[in-house]
Amino acid sequence: MSSKEAILQKIKQNQPKEVNELPNLEPLKETNLDVLDQYKTVLKSIGGDFVEVSNYVEIIDFVRQNFDTNKRILTTLTELSEVANLDWSDDDPHSLEDAELILVKAHFGVAENSALWVTDDLMGQRVSTFIPQYLAIAVNKNDIVAKMHHAYDRIGNQEYGFGTFIAGPSKTADIEQSLVLGAHGARGLTVFLMD
Amino acid sequence: MKNNISHSEAAEIFNKDVERVNWHDETLWFVREKRDRSAHQIPEWELLRETASQIKLNVLSNIHDYLVEFEANAQKNGIIVHWAANAEEHNVIVHSILEKHNVKQMVKSKSMLTEECHLNDYLTERGIDVIDSDLGERIVQLRKEPPSHIVLPAIHLKKEDVSETFYEHLGTEKGNIDPQYLTESARHHLRDIFLTRKAALTGVNFAVAETGEFVVCTNEGNADMGAHLADVHIACMGFEKLIPQRKHLGVFLRLLARSATGQPITTFSSHFKKPREGKEIHIVIVDNGRSVQLGREDFRNSLKCIRCGACMNTCPVYRRSGGHSYHNAVAGPIGSILAPNLDMKKNADLPFASTLCGSCTNVCPVKIDIHDQLYKWRQVLVQEGYTPKVKTIAMKTMATVLANPMVFDIAGKTGRFAMKNLSGLVNNKLNKWYDQREMPEVPEESFREWYKKNGKATKRKNDE
Repeated sequence: MSSKEAILQKIKQNQPKEVNELPNLEPLKETNLDVLDQYKTVLKSIGGDFVEVSNYVEIIDFVRQNFDTNKRILTTLTELSEVANLDWSDDDPHSLEDAELILVKAHFGVAENSALWVTDDLMGQRVSTFIPQYLAIAVNKNDIVAKMHHAYDRIGNQEYGFGTFIAGPSKTADIEQSLVLGAHGARGLTVFLMD
Repeated sequence: MKNNISHSEAAEIFNKDVERVNWHDETLWFVREKRDRSAHQIPEWELLRETASQIKLNVLSNIHDYLVEFEANAQKNGIIVHWAANAEEHNVIVHSILEKHNVKQMVKSKSMLTEECHLNDYLTERGIDVIDSDLGERIVQLRKEPPSHIVLPAIHLKKEDVSETFYEHLGTEKGNIDPQYLTESARHHLRDIFLTRKAALTGVNFAVAETGEFVVCTNEGNADMGAHLADVHIACMGFEKLIPQRKHLGVFLRLLARSATGQPITTFSSHFKKPREGKEIHIVIVDNGRSVQLGREDFRNSLKCIRCGACMNTCPVYRRSGGHSYHNAVAGPIGSILAPNLDMKKNADLPFASTLCGSCTNVCPVKIDIHDQLYKWRQVLVQEGYTPKVKTIAMKTMATVLANPMVFDIAGKTGRFAMKNLSGLVNNKLNKWYDQREMPEVPEESFREWYKKNGKATKRKNDE
């Protein structure tokens, strides 16, 4: 007998005889959060930053003022081509290691934990939201949902190869519980909250 | 891993450095308090725990079908699925994947399952260079120690220790104890690793039967750096990591980080569904005693565990004895339930490493009855004869004394006499009770003697 068969057989023998019903998730969705306000507060508290912008031009201006544009800046957003390179999705992912800033868009954000849902079709490359020195993500203000239950309602049965919730910059507290931003991934996360 | 001395002996050694024990205690309590603040911000926290517990109950009662469903969906997504009955088979599978790809170096993100299976040793012996990429794991790996905590692997170390370790292995400045500086040094060191490894191994936090995807949660992004830069991604999971549907992730992702560190969610909660084009994802589904635990009705609920570590942070024994004293990959209260299932003889001491105060049960995000299970393990272990002889004899003697009024009376008199007149006989190192406390002052007479004299008179008085 293969290990698979042996394991499954043993499990079938040992699992409870009656199946327990799955609980209803609906009551967990009740909320009276001010979603945008909550989103901003939580993002700040976990080391992220936000900028409210009304269009892509304002993002371009912000990048010019706050980042070294002589360094490698990459994006998947055609609207930002003035300030960032668009032609890298077929590059060897290792070559992204010298990216100073990568800008992508999120499907939506979650107020209770400030996480942003990004899938590989928005990333250009899967490693792009992890490897740059700094990361910036744009999201529409009216695409902020209250809680994770609403987030999974939004995701539904969306198809993707890879998707991730990103909440703030890469961080660690493994050395005596001192919080340090920028462990392996981005040292900073700027969220562009768009009208 | 030290496994030749018992928890209490190891704890005694740990307790010699009083200052460090106090610091360890306070550090973990600080994390526990962060958990409280985070949980209290969610008005429906208790409903959330109850819901999670019920989802896991459903999983355990139907895990056979969910596993079959998961495998079929994962395969449909292009993921290669393996099954391992035990630790040895798990290690063989991982090694064979590396051999097939001719990989001699692998980068790993945190996985307590691979600790449980002693994968690093297995691969190292076969000439494979394994580097742990979680900062805490990397620190303990350089020091050739096992992690002392499932979420905070280096929580037992001070920044001076880390500084010394990095000076020795990474060439950092001697005596520089700035966490920012030390983390930056590790960042450079590990980036080189990520960029040169062809294979990456990660753990699995949740696997979804409905979609065949799995989720890995980290704050550092190390699992993602490894997986997205390598050609081969191996993900190892105990079969209990399964959940039924994607939407159930919403429940567990709300609970996990809040319970672990007090964060609203981990920085990255990555959903791996399909491999990149031309690359491979392998999943190794591991039993290693879990199916046996599933059949132990009293201990089945321990398989609900989502490995947040909340029970350790709150445990008064863990905080004062340190993770290494548990001589098991998973330490603390939940580890003390899981360990005897793996090896009753070796881990018979662990269910006794608890005050049974119930704090662990109170913070558990999936409502495992942890302290009740520890109590139940004690009974099983005594019945199966795995507890120390001295304790068995003492208990049997006590039973005889308590069952026989005359013997009890004589024993009491002898005891009082000895404590009063021959204190050296009692107040010495051989008496385990005296070891950590002052002996009480001896009363003139026993309650029984007092009652003989006064009881009847008092009763008459009350009756009047």
